[in-house]
Amino acid sequence: MTDSRPLPTPTELSAPFWDGCRQGVLRVQQCRRCQALVFVPRPMCPTCQHTSLDWTDSGGKGSVYSFTVVHRPPRPAFAVPFVVAIIELDEGWYLLSNVIGCDPDAVHIGMTVEVAFTDMDETITLPLFRPV
Amino acid sequence: MSRADRRTPLHDVAIVGAYNTRQAKALDVSELEVLFDAMEGAVASANLSLADIDGVNVTSSTRRTNSREVVAWLGGRPSWTGVDIGIPGIVEAALAIAAGLCETVLMATAQVREYTDRASTAPWTRPSNEFVECFGLHTPGEFALMARRHMHLYGTPPEALAEVASAIRSNGARNPQAVHFGRPVTPDDVLRSRLIADPFHLLDCAMTSEGGGGLVLTRADRARDLGVTPVHLLGAGSDRQGMAYVTAPVWDLYGQVGARAAATAFAQAGLSPADIDVAELYDPFSFEIIRQLEVFGFCPPGEAADFVLDGQLRIDGSLPIDTDGGLMSFSHAGLVQLIQKPIAAVRQLRGELPDELTVPGAVTAVASNGGSGALFTDVLVLGAEAP
Ligand SMILES: [Zn+2]
Repeated sequence: MTDSRPLPTPTELSAPFWDGCRQGVLRVQQCRRCQALVFVPRPMCPTCQHTSLDWTDSGGKGSVYSFTVVHRPPRPAFAVPFVVAIIELDEGWYLLSNVIGCDPDAVHIGMTVEVAFTDMDETITLPLFRPV
Repeated sequence: MSRADRRTPLHDVAIVGAYNTRQAKALDVSELEVLFDAMEGAVASANLSLADIDGVNVTSSTRRTNSREVVAWLGGRPSWTGVDIGIPGIVEAALAIAAGLCETVLMATAQVREYTDRASTAPWTRPSNEFVECFGLHTPGEFALMARRHMHLYGTPPEALAEVASAIRSNGARNPQAVHFGRPVTPDDVLRSRLIADPFHLLDCAMTSEGGGGLVLTRADRARDLGVTPVHLLGAGSDRQGMAYVTAPVWDLYGQVGARAAATAFAQAGLSPADIDVAELYDPFSFEIIRQLEVFGFCPPGEAADFVLDGQLRIDGSLPIDTDGGLMSFSHAGLVQLIQKPIAAVRQLRGELPDELTVPGAVTAVASNGGSGALFTDVLVLGAEAP
């Protein structure tokens, strides 16, 4: 993928997530005390307020929870139409992403998808999703 | 609920001035000129002058005018400055008045030429967070993700969304102050307009424009002596659910945002949704009205679409909404619209809108800010009669 979309600038908190994407592993935070999965990354567990969270690996498989086909992009860098979706991972956490590799009109709620790591430049890899 | 149960210091305060500057797709004057007009227009509509103001919450978007700077313009007379915006800004000002920190607060704001990069969507629609921006999310997309899930759960039809947009835009078409004055829109027009982020067509979405507005609040006992019609604060509520445009807008987690705000506001007012005559609901996207009707308790979950399709949101319906034309047809100058919802409610209750947009006998109104995609919703209940 060679579009010129704006890319993330990882922070100290989010770097393990983006490093994982580069290495081909989808990671999510997990509370050391109550085991809750936490995304987006936080310094405190929203379930039990524990402040020790570890990074754990996700299987990268899930389904489309909701989606929209975008026809007017936020910036010209995005080629339309494209699909923005909330992915519900099989472990029970949610991630915003794009569904690629199929006709936008074929996307539907409940569609099973898997992560498709996509290199954007020398450092950033995005976790996009494609139909299984 | 007894009167004592719902006592709030907000009841000691009234809005005595409400004013909108000229609004336009693009204004031909500076942001400062618009802000000065908003300030002077608001105090004039309260039968006051700037010399009477001892508390300010005055800002502008592009120039980043702030209240401390405005205190200096006013010769250092005001002793209090507010920091919040929109409905929470009104609550903050009212509490300062009730607590005796100041007596008369001017809230005013303006925005001109914030949106210049027309190849992109408006800057306030483009979140820059690392988990959002790279996937092409904008506010239409965020709210569309909520709308799609509601349609999936309840079978909410696109025609209901189109009726919402048509009802709001039909009001603006009859408001000479609206940017889209003279441009009525039918539900079919909405469904035939180009797609932005499905299910939203262009006419399901707020417009972008420039303008300003202002409000004046003072003690309710003083309001009676000003020779203007006061509008009383009956109740207010807030609902904040974390990091908007960062966390995915998951319906099951955040779709009810605003329920806590409405419950608090209605309890303070001693009213139920059935008692409300006019609803100036935040309308960034058509679906957001359907959601607020359900979450605020005007309709049971999943039943707002039928209520809407029955024409109940029109001026002659049981719950007229966005009577000035809202963000879709009146104006959407970025953050300015956050106080323009209360301004619309005040002007409606004071009978200052054109006759064909005036709801006969209206004495209670609700105004809201925010929405599901934004993960916050604030609610304000106003009344023509003292609580
Ligand atoms: Zn925990």
